[in-house]
Amino acid sequence: MKALVWHGTTDIRCDSVPDPQIEHPRDAIIKVTSCAICGSDLHLYDHFMPGMKSGDIMGHESMGEVVEVGPEAKGKLKVGDRVVIPFTIICGECDQCKRGNFSVCERTNRNGHIAAKAFGHTTAGLFGYTHLTGGYPGGQAEYLRVPFADATHIKVPSTLSDEQLLFLSDIFPTGWQAAVQCDIEPTDTVAIWGAGPVGQMAIRSAILLGAKQVIAIDRVPERLDMARAGGAITINFDEESVIERLNELTNGKGPEKCIDSVGMEAHAAGTVDAMYDRVKQATMMETDRPHVLREMAYVCRPAGTLSVPGVYGGLLDKIPFGAIMNKGLTIRTGQTHVNRWTDDLLRRIEEGQIDPSFVITHTVGLDEGPDMYKIFRDKQDGCIKVVLKP
Amino acid sequence: MRYETERTRRRGHADTATDTLARGLGIFSIALGIAEVVAPRALARALGMKGQEGLIAGYGVREIATGIGILASKDPTPWIWGRVAGDGLDLATLATALEGRNPKKGNVGIAMAAVAGVTALDVYCAQTLSRETTHPLPPMQDYSDRTGYPGGIEQSHGAARDFEVPRDFRAPEAMRPYTQPQAPQRPTPSM
Ligand SMILES: NC(=O)c1ccc[n+]([C@@H]2O[C@H](COP(=O)([O-])OP(=O)(O)OC[C@H]3O[C@@H](n4cnc5c(N)ncnc54)[C@H](O)[C@@H]3O)[C@@H](O)[C@H]2O)c1
Ligand SMILES: [Zn+2]
Ligand SMILES: [Zn+2]
Repeated sequence: MKALVWHGTTDIRCDSVPDPQIEHPRDAIIKVTSCAICGSDLHLYDHFMPGMKSGDIMGHESMGEVVEVGPEAKGKLKVGDRVVIPFTIICGECDQCKRGNFSVCERTNRNGHIAAKAFGHTTAGLFGYTHLTGGYPGGQAEYLRVPFADATHIKVPSTLSDEQLLFLSDIFPTGWQAAVQCDIEPTDTVAIWGAGPVGQMAIRSAILLGAKQVIAIDRVPERLDMARAGGAITINFDEESVIERLNELTNGKGPEKCIDSVGMEAHAAGTVDAMYDRVKQATMMETDRPHVLREMAYVCRPAGTLSVPGVYGGLLDKIPFGAIMNKGLTIRTGQTHVNRWTDDLLRRIEEGQIDPSFVITHTVGLDEGPDMYKIFRDKQDGCIKVVLKP
Repeated sequence: MRYETERTRRRGHADTATDTLARGLGIFSIALGIAEVVAPRALARALGMKGQEGLIAGYGVREIATGIGILASKDPTPWIWGRVAGDGLDLATLATALEGRNPKKGNVGIAMAAVAGVTALDVYCAQTLSRETTHPLPPMQDYSDRTGYPGGIEQSHGAARDFEVPRDFRAPEAMRPYTQPQAPQRPTPSM
């Protein structure tokens, strides 16, 4: 079959690889009808995230049709079922799964001992996302082996299109969880850093959850345009002082809730104005990459919440913990517990509260995938979300 | 004509302001050049540079050529850089007139200040043009209709207020009075 294969930094190719096989009684194989490139894949493409090996198949946002079911998954799945596959592989039975903390499932990471060395504990196995999280082949391919398939799937109706459903695999629940982590009140201002796909979903989720005011921060004009379409006020961090504008929009008090949907590859603003310098002094920051976290800690209203769906890999430098502690901020973060939210979100799509397909800007075949990685990374051609059709 | 880049507010727009500045510099070039060609003697006298009339007229020809280049070419950028180089030459030549016992040193100083002012404009213009692109950027994709709300934003705003935030995701109860200014039923916390 054809698949997008990682060969090294910024080297992803569309290769022919062996078809996946059932390896365990709980497995299923799906024929992928649609898959997408995620901002998390960019951390692998740029090789910011360690733990990839040449030959690894990329991709963790996929959906399709079940073509083969292992004997132990038969009760829950049958050939022909239409499913979206969550990016987190879950057993459904461990203590964490029972609590709905699916992204920290205790059983599905077959390299759990490595993860435990890095993080103290294992986290769930993930598709196409480094050997730290199990080294499972990903779904930017014609076929995908789904381990623990009896639990790791979302059944979806035939009445909706792939485009409307695909993002249940990751970015829609991720934006949703980011907003839910904020426990939004009708009086809240929610400030969202990053208007990429995750930020776009976070904006819509905050609106659905009834925030008074949603503010989106980015510097890519098309992304800010799409953010405004979703009901956000926008700040271009290349042109304006983020701190100053956020204070202006909240009568000097700062936003109650702040969401980091940028992650470890944040860019610092080019305009260095007086306000920015004050932050710099207050937080002793250098222009490094946890830039967004620092900005959030500084501007967030005391007793507010920092919600961090943006992915970080290791150790961060110069985090203003003094501000976080003294202002009594709450931090919530994590890989998304996808299946915890998907029933509810599927209903909201069916009821027409939201249609996540708005975010798709490019649809191409698998063989054009490697080029699209570059276009998506460089934000060329108005690219916001790429869907691949194997 | 050059166009503004990705990173400006007026992304992809024709940069007419800088274009106008370049034309202005072209006309100035020609006017100064004609003065130098027509009246090299008067100029030499005023600057205490007797005997250099030929050089001044030569510079005049250079100015006229550069000016025509700016006005006639499709892309004035290299010609404006040519002006920057010429400015350097002018300043160096004028500097020689400051040496020795030139009774018109005052005039030379004024001339140098004027050239320095124009040089600053030339450098600014050349740098701006060099930074910009020769072809307009493709028009920006218009995503203003990508709301994501099939029934419109009014219908979706707050549509999920029915959602019950799970207990482990709720904001700490103790923090609520601080983030909700309008909740009068809560006791004002005393220190
Ligand atoms: N928690 C999860 O389970 C989960 C799931 C999916 C994605 N993610 C993570 O979410 C993040 C965003 O994903 P995406 O797909 O939207 O990626 P993306 O790269 O398309 O978007 C990131 C956006 O942030 C903007 N940005 C960069 N620096 C900024 C700054 N200083 N201030 C404001 N904006 C800035 C960029 O211009 C870009 O538009 C990534 O880190 C990704 O790994 C997490
Ligand atoms: Zn993802
Ligand atoms: Zn589990």
